Amino acid sequence: MVLIRVVEEMIANKYRENKMRCPTHLCTGQEAISSAVSANLKIQDTVVSTHRSHGHYLGKGGNVDKMIAEIYGKSSGCSKGYGGSMHLIDLNVNFMGSTAIVGNSMPIGIGLGLSSKLENYNNISCVYFGEGCTEEGIFHESVNFAITKKLPVLFVCENNLYSVYSGLNVRQPKNRKIHKMVEGMGIKSFNGDGNNVIDVYKLTNKAVKYIKQNNKPAFLEFKTYRWREHCGPNYDNDIGYRTEKEYLDWKKKDPIKNYIKFLTNKNIFKLEYLKRIDKSIISKSIKAFNFAEKSKFPSKNDATKNVYA
Amino acid sequence: MPKKRIIKFNEAINEAMVTAMNLNKKVLCFGLGVDDPKRIFNTTKNLKEKFGSDRVFDTPTSENAMTGVGIGMSLKGYYPVMVHQRLDFFLLAMDQLVNSAAKWHYMFGGQQNIPITIRLIVGRGWGQGPTHSQSLHSWFAHIPGLKVVMPSSARDAKGLLLSSIFDKNPVIFIEHRWLHNTTSEVPVKKYLTPISKPKIIKKGSDITLICISYMTIEAIRAVDFLEKENVSVEIIDLRTISPINYSIINNSIKKTGRFLVLDIGNEKYGVASEIISTITIKLYKYLKNPPNKITLPHIPTPTSFGLTKDFYPTYRDIIFEVLKMLKKKTLKNKIPVLKNLHDVPGNWFTGPF
Repeated sequence: MVLIRVVEEMIANKYRENKMRCPTHLCTGQEAISSAVSANLKIQDTVVSTHRSHGHYLGKGGNVDKMIAEIYGKSSGCSKGYGGSMHLIDLNVNFMGSTAIVGNSMPIGIGLGLSSKLENYNNISCVYFGEGCTEEGIFHESVNFAITKKLPVLFVCENNLYSVYSGLNVRQPKNRKIHKMVEGMGIKSFNGDGNNVIDVYKLTNKAVKYIKQNNKPAFLEFKTYRWREHCGPNYDNDIGYRTEKEYLDWKKKDPIKNYIKFLTNKNIFKLEYLKRIDKSIISKSIKAFNFAEKSKFPSKNDATKNVYA
Repeated sequence: MPKKRIIKFNEAINEAMVTAMNLNKKVLCFGLGVDDPKRIFNTTKNLKEKFGSDRVFDTPTSENAMTGVGIGMSLKGYYPVMVHQRLDFFLLAMDQLVNSAAKWHYMFGGQQNIPITIRLIVGRGWGQGPTHSQSLHSWFAHIPGLKVVMPSSARDAKGLLLSSIFDKNPVIFIEHRWLHNTTSEVPVKKYLTPISKPKIIKKGSDITLICISYMTIEAIRAVDFLEKENVSVEIIDLRTISPINYSIINNSIKKTGRFLVLDIGNEKYGVASEIISTITIKLYKYLKNPPNKITLPHIPTPTSFGLTKDFYPTYRDIIFEVLKMLKKKTLKNKIPVLKNLHDVPGNWFTGPF
């Protein structure tokens, strides 16, 4: 969680240096989900994700240096500069790719689930998406197929209430409960507080156990909130689609602060120890930015490579 | 000499599928109806019985997601062959085709590839109409990263389908429904016909006909009459729409100095226009005549028997255009008339699709 927060906030702070020249979607405030879901996944379990994928990538153990280099457009990046922030990949940890069109990576995750089924259910396919995806036709198609074929797919819906600047009120009927809706399709579903890392961990653990015991998919819905703007480094509570008060209310539910409070109150860890961890994470992150800055751009001749395999 | 074996186009497709699935356990076949009683015009006959329901399976009517499923399987080393009984339904899968399949290799820096093959069948006649007969190969050819293959003979159908299945890239494999019943000599053994390489069907010296898919058949039908009129035509079957290796075509045009492109797509912004511009830019000084094209008119496909009468160009239009380009006079009523009704490939065809 802290690594994701530190990296995202460093990106936000440095974005206006204009060296990270690609659309970048930060997940500050949503870190609990990536972290606690990933803690339930094994290295062989695959992950696909969305435009807002930094947390999912880092949570799965994706290489930090290569991610930052990718955002800087460098050839040392995880996609060699061909992808940018919205197209991350780290095959060493089976982070199979994040893509930028809403709902686009979901059926690919279903295909990974089908390949797992054909190989004796040897791993779980985890698919991250936002609540906006549930408005796409491909969402219905994908969930339907996963249920019909009994695929070991873990659906993780991060419901952060907004699709770009459009609130739920214009996109879904009042009182729609996504986890209930999909239950009606026949999938086992769970829902919880996406800002409570312990809650996320426990529910994911249940879901993963369910998948393994039943060889069937499971669905998780977590409510959460992105602190910063849809795309870019700024706060945008002043532009009119959401309120400063709403943001501050959610900030009170900061998953990291609350978890630290929990750990220190219960005397599980001392604050000094946690601060030492923070320090090492900060230096790891600084190192990643230095690596990215020092790396070279791919040459313009590389642009015509990799069109065909 | 052993007797030549003649089989139908749809049987050749089936044979390619069986061959591929025997060669590699990771070859899969899925799509709506692949194991239904009709077996996609018999092209997927016996596959389920031979290879089991893990490898050959019917699907929900979810074109977009199923394409994504194929891409996901590709990432794990599978060779999915997907089938759509009509190309028009595949339009629902453009996001997965264009944003995922065509881009995956490029946008992740060449780390993974998508060896998926998508078989699309183009309908014609018997009132297939505006949404059951579109040949949108130009759309697919416009996307870098895709290969687009369109065989016109049973022999090439087998060899090109095998090449497509084991190609490392996503391949759109387009079958014209009226070709399914055509026959040619097809070797029993496994063979790979190279993608991107056009084929000279008939040598000639006055004009080059560059043919796409079913129009190759119409071009062959035009030959007899044209030879009687002392016109020597060279027929090239394009076989692959993208990418095209132009060397065979260029050599032909340097020789004949004239060419006519025959396309099964609509008139504007299509492959025929693309080929004309490519060749004209490069070989302008060799051309004795302005090039031309014969395509479908730029309107949606009509449905009624009455409305479709002049919609599809035939060998008659080819003959007429070739003679015009060569400045030879002929009367249209001298050109032999169609033996069948205009909306069927033969009188044996009574639909429904």
